[in-house]
Amino acid sequence: MNSPYLAQSSSVAQIMVKVLLALVPAIAAYVWFFGPAVLVTIALASATALALEAVMLKLRKKPVKPYLLDGSALLTAWLLALSIPPMGPWWMIVTGTAFAIVIAKHLYGGLGSNPFNPAMVGYAVLIISFPVQMTQWLAPLSIAQSHLDFMSQIGYMFFHALPQGAQLDAFTSATPLDTLKTQLHLDRPMAAIMSMPVYGAIGGTGGQWVAAAYLAGGLYLLQQKIISWHVPAAFIATIFIASGAFHLIDPAHHASPWFELATGATMICAFFILTDPVTGPTTPRGKLIFASGAGFLTFVIRTYGGYPDGVAFAVLLMNICVPLIDAYTQPSVFGKKK
Amino acid sequence: MRALHHFNGGVHPPEHKCESTLRPIQQPPLPEKLVIPLHQHIGNSAKPLVEAGDTVLKGQMIGKAEGYVSGAIHAPTSGKILSVGHESVPHPSGLKDLCIVLEPDGLESWIDLQPLDPLNMDPSTLRNRLRDAGVVGLGGAVFPSFIKLNPGTGKRIKTLVLNGAECEPYITCDDMLMRERAREIIEGAAVMRHMLHAEEVVIGIEDNKPQAISAMREAAGQSMEVVAVPTIYPGGGAKQLIRVLTGIEVPAGERSTDLGVQCFNVATAASVHRAIRYGEPVLSRIVTVTGNVRNPGNFEALIGTPMDHLIDQTGPLEGSTGAIMGGPMMGFDLPSTAVPVVKATNCIIVKSDALFPKKPQPMPCIRCARCAESCPADLQPQELYWFAKAGNFGKAQEYALFDCIECGCCSYVCPSHIPLVQFYRYAKSEIWAQEREKKAADLARIRHDLRLERIEREKREKAERLAQKSAQAKTAENSQPEQK
Repeated sequence: MNSPYLAQSSSVAQIMVKVLLALVPAIAAYVWFFGPAVLVTIALASATALALEAVMLKLRKKPVKPYLLDGSALLTAWLLALSIPPMGPWWMIVTGTAFAIVIAKHLYGGLGSNPFNPAMVGYAVLIISFPVQMTQWLAPLSIAQSHLDFMSQIGYMFFHALPQGAQLDAFTSATPLDTLKTQLHLDRPMAAIMSMPVYGAIGGTGGQWVAAAYLAGGLYLLQQKIISWHVPAAFIATIFIASGAFHLIDPAHHASPWFELATGATMICAFFILTDPVTGPTTPRGKLIFASGAGFLTFVIRTYGGYPDGVAFAVLLMNICVPLIDAYTQPSVFGKKK
Repeated sequence: MRALHHFNGGVHPPEHKCESTLRPIQQPPLPEKLVIPLHQHIGNSAKPLVEAGDTVLKGQMIGKAEGYVSGAIHAPTSGKILSVGHESVPHPSGLKDLCIVLEPDGLESWIDLQPLDPLNMDPSTLRNRLRDAGVVGLGGAVFPSFIKLNPGTGKRIKTLVLNGAECEPYITCDDMLMRERAREIIEGAAVMRHMLHAEEVVIGIEDNKPQAISAMREAAGQSMEVVAVPTIYPGGGAKQLIRVLTGIEVPAGERSTDLGVQCFNVATAASVHRAIRYGEPVLSRIVTVTGNVRNPGNFEALIGTPMDHLIDQTGPLEGSTGAIMGGPMMGFDLPSTAVPVVKATNCIIVKSDALFPKKPQPMPCIRCARCAESCPADLQPQELYWFAKAGNFGKAQEYALFDCIECGCCSYVCPSHIPLVQFYRYAKSEIWAQEREKKAADLARIRHDLRLERIEREKREKAERLAQKSAQAKTAENSQPEQK
């Protein structure tokens, strides 16, 4: 044995478990406002991820048990499951997860070596390949015209079958960001759009509470020192400033900055996706640049791009820049302050 | 009150210091034999002055300092020299080194001691005394002190820093020395201040040693400032302590004296005092013996005392798995506990699986950068790890590999349990090896060029000589008929 002989009692698995734990409030809020279908999505994605992780580890001749138990595959599965419509067809969930685990993670060298956020790669593949299924979000229970019971939801996910007389439109809806984009395109005034039932006090009905739960989970991660403040602060501040400026100049076409923070994937991205250490920069200044860039790209794609939300592409585009950011943000060494 | 500064990083491992501070410093019984290595300091090995069969007095010089960077070695007690040869020494390599084996006669007959009155003497005389007394840094670096007390012409030392921080877990030898012999340390510091013409003396002690702080404050009075510094590992690193006390950052590869600061360990100050005021060379040091033993404590051990002998005094417990010399963050595994105490031996920790559990299998680096947050040298350990692992040593040097002080904070916090420090040690040794090879190759090339030149010159000279001869012959031929 060599010095140091002491070690802090922490492990990769412990970190991943804490992140999973921090996602639980958001999942609970999700179930409360949108029904339990998301649990099936999470379960299916988790099972797929673990099975493929085991297969890939075996193929790569790595010890299966310690790596399978490190929790990283499970986290990828959860983040992907929470990013896609909760009642998506089973094959879509499996495809997205498979892409994330097999291609984005293991073909690039597995844990610690993947340059792109696996969950976001999975998401990007799905939104490009299956744009229709990827926009069929469940309407919040409080405003849906009709309900589909849990068994029928499962039936729809696995067999694409709806009960007699049920209409897909009656229980699905476009997301608040999607609705905003479409309605603005139709030249409806902002005030009228915001009074639609899909909008709540700040963000989307129901969705704003899920966002709040992500924020709560994120604060727990900050308190546990699993993540540092740099990434969430820079990401949120950039979106807030960019959307705030546009809102001030042209409130008729730009929603309030608070709305931008409380809708879409802003909060899950700020605390759970951009904070992935493997695919982000390691220096404090680098983290600020990286997250600001992602925030700015998210705002630009939301406002001018073809997709209602821009988080996944913003994250992937900034992932590309990480080696460059790291190289140019090296802090000065002790005694050699510039 | 002095405004304290801050260095980045650092960790708070469990201290385990109170176990060994329950009893005062103990005097172990005289061991049956002492094994005294001739290389106990940075620099050249001392040259042996005795042979097997000689009898020596306590304090007699038995190894002479060789060259400038070296230190003398003395007989820690009176007795008979049994042998001069290679013995196991406390070194991580486990290699043997030249040692003098002394059998004590139990009489403790001293040499004639020659005390000096330092404050009226020229520093160069005092430096010679320290060199001959074998005074070296007792904090662990064992650099000859007389060299550090020679600031060089034109250099002004503003602050003399005394290091009583003792930041590494388990080690308490400086703590106990400060509690019990604060006077000696302060007297030694006064001699050092005189030698360096330092304006002020600042003594830094971590605030987890309140008894040492009050003892030192009492001894120092108004003449020197005793400062309680925050307890954080590696706050007792010389550079870290200088930073905290003065705000000065000493860059790697530069000497603190160039920035007006010099730093010594408190135990070194005490040995300076003894060497000057009493003429006593370094014959013993305080050693903490702790870990998996019944009665951990501190011992005033003669240099050369087999470590077994000290461990026996503390009552070793079941389940021991070897021992560490130094602390658990920067120490190293001893090849055996039979090796002798040397001037660098501040602590012996008897290991057990319960105290130092085996680390789990390393996982891949997830770039969490906890190592970077904990690094007191402000390095990026995760990048250095990648470069070292990939054999990309040029890049590792670009990222300041040689500024790494190997404190172990990065390995301590790594959630993937990667032995980061070993990667850096490996990279450093590879770079040194490459540099040696390059030097050898350069030398060979120069030799080759010189040889070619010489051959060329010889050829030329031969040709010239021939030409001269033939010219002489010609003139001789031409002149012959005339002579006739």
